[in-house]
Amino acid sequence: MDGYALLLGSMLSAGTVLAIASLGLLINEKAGIVNLGAEGLMLCAAIAGFAVTVQTGSSWLGFAGGMVTGAFLAAVFGVLVIWLNTNQYATGLALSLFGVGFSAFAGINYVQAKLPESVQYKLPFLGDLPLVGPALFRHHPIVYFAVALTFALIWFLYRTRSGLVLRSVGESPESAHALGYPVRRIRFLAVLAGGALCGLAGAYLSVVYTGLWVENMVAGKGWIALALTTFATWRPARVLLGAYLFGGVTMLGFHLQSVGVDIPSQFLNMMPYLATIVVLALISRNPAFIRINMPASIGKPFYPGS
Amino acid sequence: MLKLEARPQLSRFWSYGSPILALLITVLIGMALFAALGKDPVKGLLVFFWEPIRSGYALGELMVKATPLLIIALGLAVCFRSNVWNIGAEGQFVIGAIAAGYVALLADKSTGPWIVAAIIAAGVLGGMAWAAVVALLRDRFNANEILVSLMLVYVATLVLGYVVAGPLKDPMGFNFPQSKTFDAVTQIPRLMKGSRVSIGLLIALGGVAALWIFLFRTRAGFAQQVGGLAPAAARYAGFSARRAVWIALLTSGGAAGLAGALEVAGPIGQLTPYVPAGYGFAAIIVAFVGRLHPVGMVFSAILMSMFYIGGELAQSRLGLPKSLTGVFQGLLLFTLLACDTLIAYRVRRKAAPKPAPLSPASPASSAPSGTASLQVSTPLTAQPVAHATEGAL
Repeated sequence: MDGYALLLGSMLSAGTVLAIASLGLLINEKAGIVNLGAEGLMLCAAIAGFAVTVQTGSSWLGFAGGMVTGAFLAAVFGVLVIWLNTNQYATGLALSLFGVGFSAFAGINYVQAKLPESVQYKLPFLGDLPLVGPALFRHHPIVYFAVALTFALIWFLYRTRSGLVLRSVGESPESAHALGYPVRRIRFLAVLAGGALCGLAGAYLSVVYTGLWVENMVAGKGWIALALTTFATWRPARVLLGAYLFGGVTMLGFHLQSVGVDIPSQFLNMMPYLATIVVLALISRNPAFIRINMPASIGKPFYPGS
Repeated sequence: MLKLEARPQLSRFWSYGSPILALLITVLIGMALFAALGKDPVKGLLVFFWEPIRSGYALGELMVKATPLLIIALGLAVCFRSNVWNIGAEGQFVIGAIAAGYVALLADKSTGPWIVAAIIAAGVLGGMAWAAVVALLRDRFNANEILVSLMLVYVATLVLGYVVAGPLKDPMGFNFPQSKTFDAVTQIPRLMKGSRVSIGLLIALGGVAALWIFLFRTRAGFAQQVGGLAPAAARYAGFSARRAVWIALLTSGGAAGLAGALEVAGPIGQLTPYVPAGYGFAAIIVAFVGRLHPVGMVFSAILMSMFYIGGELAQSRLGLPKSLTGVFQGLLLFTLLACDTLIAYRVRRKAAPKPAPLSPASPASSAPSGTASLQVSTPLTAQPVAHATEGAL
C-alpha cells in the first residue's frame, strides 16, 4: 500500500511541471498566442534556475531566476510575433531550437554540479497521516502552488473584468480593439505571464524534481504541455487533471520497471509520447468538440489598421 | 517612434535581402558573444567562416555535412510550401537510418555492391513509414501534425536506443550499445580518393533539380502550393487537400530517411545512439533561410554545415562547447523571421506622437494577406498565415 501512496505522490510531483507550464501556455492561448517555444524556454529556465540555486544556495532565488529567464525569452518572442507580425509557429519553433542549443551551451559547466541539501517538506499533522500523508502532504510548496494557480486562473479568467478582456482579445481582437483595449499590449502581458510560468516549471524540473542538470532534460515536456491545453479544451481545471494524468503515465513506466516487469526500458519511456499522440488523435477526431472552447483567433496575427 | 506600414506588394528585394541581413546580424551577435567569453571575435569568425573552406579536404567535409541537411530540407520545402508543418524530420531520419542499418547488417563477404541500392531504398521506406503515421493521424483524425511529428522524434530516438541495446547489438562489442561495424561493401560509394564526399552529394543535387521541376514546372507541384497559399482557391480548383498532406509528408519523410541511410552507411558506418545529430532540426532552418527555393537551400545548407564544422573547431581550437552550433542556428532563424517583416512591411517614422487615426478602408487585422503571390517563395513568413493547420493546437 505504501508503494501506491508513493506512486500517487510522485505522480503529483511529476504532473506539477506539466501543470504549471501548461497553465502558462493556456494564458497565452486565451489571448490568441500559441508559443511553440515552450520547450526551449523551459530548457533555458531550467539551467538558469539550476545555476542560480547552485551559486546562491537558495532554490527560491533559483525559481525567480527561472521565471525571469522565461519571461525574458517570452518577451523576445512576443515582440516578434506581436509587433513585427512574424508567424507564430515559425517563431516559436525558432525559440525552441535556440533554447536547446543555448541551454546546452550555458549549462556545460553545471553538468556535474551538486545542489545544496534539499529541505524535506511536510505539512504539520496532515503529513503524519498514514498513506495520505506521504501521498498528498509531503510535497514541495510549488506542488500546492500549481493547484492554487489553477483556481486563481479560473477565478481570474471567468470572474474578473481583466479576465474577460483577456479572453475577448483571444476571441476577437478586432472587437477588443474597437472597444479601445490595447490588444497588442494585453497580448504581450499574457505572453510574459505564460513565459514566466513556463520558466517556473523549468526551474522546478531541474532544481526540485530531478535535482540535476542534463542537456535537453526537458525531453518534450514543453511540447506535451502544449498538447495538454488542447486536451483540456482550454479549461484550467482540466489542464491540472490532465497534467497529473500524464505525470502518472510517466511514473507508471518507472513503477513497472521497479517491480521488475520484463519490458525494455525504452518502451516504458515512450509511453508519455505515445499517450500524447493517442489522446491528441482521439480528441481531435471531432473538430466541433474542440472548436467550442478554442479561442477563435488563436494563432492569428493582429495588426491594427495603419 | 517607428511604425510598420503594410506594403501594397510584397518586396522582392527583401525576400532575398532578408537572409543576408539576418546572417549579418547573427554574425555580429556571435562576435559579441565571443568577446563576452573572452575570446578574440575575429578568430571566432575565422573558425566559422574561413577554416571550413580553407583547403580541399575542408571543403569536402563541408559537403559531407551539407549533403544530409540539403536532402532533408528539400523534402521539408515541399511540406512547408503546402503548409504542412512536419517538424519531425529528425525522427524520420532516425527510422530511415535504423531500416538502412538493418539491411546493411545483413551483408557479408559474399554480398554484391547491389546492397547499397537496397540500403538506400530501406532508408527511404523507413522515413516514409514514419511520416505516414503523421499523415494518417492528420488525415483521419485531424491531429495536429506539429505535435505528432515532434512526439515521434522522441519515440524514434528511443526505438534506436532499443535496437542498439537489444536486437541489433554487436555480440562482440563488449556490451556497448551499438551494432557491429557494417561490411565494407555497404559503404556508400565515394566520389574521389582522399575525401569523404560520397554519391550522396550527387543525389542531393539531383534532388535540387527534381524539386525545381516539380515546384515550378508541373501541375502537381502547382496544386501542392496553391493548397498552402490559398486553401479556398485550391478547393475551388478541385485540388485535394488530403492528397497534398500525404504527398508532403511522404516526400519529406522519404527524403529524411534517405539522408539517414546515407549517413549511417556513409560517415558513421554502424548504428549507435549517436546517429541523430540534429540534422532534422537544422534542416528546418536550412529550408527557411533558403526561402524554400531549391537553389537557395543549396547555399543555406552550406552555411548551416559551416556552423556545424565551426562549432567542432571552436571546441578543439578555442575551448568552447560544441553546442555553440545550436546557439547560432537558432539565432539565425530568429533574426531571419524578424528581418522577414521587411518583406511585407516598410518601416516608417511616425510623423506625430498623436495616435494614428484608424483608417476605415483597412480592416483591423490588415496585413497584405490577400496578396498571396506565387512568385515570392516564402509562403510561411512573408505573409501572415491565418491558421497554419486544420487541427487544433
